[in-house]
Amino acid sequence: MSAINYDSELKRAGANATRGWRRLTFLAQRYVLGTIGLFIMVIFVWTALSADLIARFDPLSVDSAHRLASPDARHWLGTDSFGRDVWSRIIHGARISLAVGIGSTALGASIGVLIGLASGYLSGWVDLIFQRITDILQALPLLVLALVMSAALGPSLPNTIIAIAIPLIPTVSRVIRANTLALRELPFVEAAKSIGMSESRIAFRHVLPNTMAPLIVLATAQLGSTILTEASLSFLGLGIPEPYPSWGRMLSESAAEYVRVAPWLVIFPGVAISLAVFGTNLFGDALRDILDPRQRG
Amino acid sequence: MFAYIVRRLALMLVTLVGISIIIFVLLRIVPGNIVDILFDAAGFVDPADKANLEKELGLSQPIIVQYLQWIGGLLHGDLGYSYVSEKPALQEILPRIPITARLAGLALLFSASIGIPLGVISAVHQGTRLDYALRVLSLSGLSLPSFWLGLLILMASVSLFGTMPIFNPNPQTWAEAFAIYAVPAAAVGFRSAALTMRITRSSMLEILRQDFIRTARAKGASERSVNYRHALKNAILPVITVIGIEAAFLIGGLIVTETVFNIPGVARFLVEAIRWRDYPIVQNLVMFIAVVVVVTNFTVDMLYAAIDPRIRYGD
Repeated sequence: MSAINYDSELKRAGANATRGWRRLTFLAQRYVLGTIGLFIMVIFVWTALSADLIARFDPLSVDSAHRLASPDARHWLGTDSFGRDVWSRIIHGARISLAVGIGSTALGASIGVLIGLASGYLSGWVDLIFQRITDILQALPLLVLALVMSAALGPSLPNTIIAIAIPLIPTVSRVIRANTLALRELPFVEAAKSIGMSESRIAFRHVLPNTMAPLIVLATAQLGSTILTEASLSFLGLGIPEPYPSWGRMLSESAAEYVRVAPWLVIFPGVAISLAVFGTNLFGDALRDILDPRQRG
Repeated sequence: MFAYIVRRLALMLVTLVGISIIIFVLLRIVPGNIVDILFDAAGFVDPADKANLEKELGLSQPIIVQYLQWIGGLLHGDLGYSYVSEKPALQEILPRIPITARLAGLALLFSASIGIPLGVISAVHQGTRLDYALRVLSLSGLSLPSFWLGLLILMASVSLFGTMPIFNPNPQTWAEAFAIYAVPAAAVGFRSAALTMRITRSSMLEILRQDFIRTARAKGASERSVNYRHALKNAILPVITVIGIEAAFLIGGLIVTETVFNIPGVARFLVEAIRWRDYPIVQNLVMFIAVVVVVTNFTVDMLYAAIDPRIRYGD
């Protein structure tokens, strides 16, 4: 039997990488896929923020002389049926995807947290009512509910964000409620009560912070699905209205017709959607492993 | 058990009534109804004609009366008339259901027959390159929009065969039926196969750590028998839940895929009806979807108790 090299074992387990830059490099080595995901997400956010600098043309400017031009040195990814530059539209499309992704995840998660916290902490009839509402919202597939919501609200960016956020509420509130129910019974809550702390202060200052890890994990997982839902809604013509360059919308413009004549119109927006969602999924998985070890698979 | 089933059925009823109210109200806060659309298209507006048409379609009545009429009709099997085709909504919806059901069934078959074995392989080879590759594959399955996958398939078909599959309600040959149903079903099923694989993997990993697996190995059971007979049998429960939930939620993927492949099923019909503000079709279709989801959830829970003797409800 060979002797155990304690130094290398400790190093492998990350014992001396507890904080700062060392910790980051340790995690990056341990979660390679997650690091790739983070890298994709950083590029995605950076593209959205500096779209005006990266895009080579105005994404909305129509150029009838260069309709359906195939990719070349001038139009890197070709042009669409209005002669608009596909590269510039994809770059600007990152803004819409990011806005919808972050906007609807944040909105859905915050409402879900409030409902879950109230439901789990107050219990009784509040819980009963919220539970039934959750049942109702969960009985409809995400896309169906989002479709009806966005049809009801009308196509616009804020309405799309709301339409996608509402179906997220039950998922988040269920998780927060389950966590709150478990936390409520723990001694530190009892201690807080015994020193006369108000219920709302206990709920927000003591219970809520302890539900943060699962919440962050859940929100990251939902980010990808909100981006996908926006793409689907816009693809069906019920999300972001023309002329804004939404990736889903770019595919919808009778994409099936262009399959023959202009494949670049079909390929590139799809690559953009898939990459953005893939990045958030990779990162979300690693985050779950780090923050929520019980779920580690 | 009996009390539990009664309670569940009562809750299902509450949920469905809740959905009917929400959908009904949502559809009626939409700015502009079908009358507006028709009159906009015609280019002129005679207020008297418009009021007449609204009255004829029952849109001028108070919303509560409209709701009660719809529910009353629903209980008698009368779903109202489509505003667009003016045919009974039931006649419009019923013939489209088998098409979507066939697609959904095939997609689930695809998802289970690909997802479960790959999930087992991934779990058994945990930490190896094969596991990594399969995990990346399943994550990419969750990241590809299914309508884009459909478009890529169309593109491949154009470059390989020079043509696209066109939907034909009565396929003549086996190959045609395959192109019409199996290909779109695979495009939808890819995502749920990825999900099934993930769940199978994590469920298998949990089971493989348990004592009875070690016992099985110790008594000399073959690797194959341990993985598939001992472990998978115990790991399958969460997988069934996911497949069950996916069965109902597949409709999201079917909506876009039926649109891409131009398949006249209920899922694409829902989008068309929403665009046309064809309320009778939309509200009945959404109710239909909700019933499918609620009944599937219930069935999965019952299946749980049937498969796993440790699970007893209501004791």
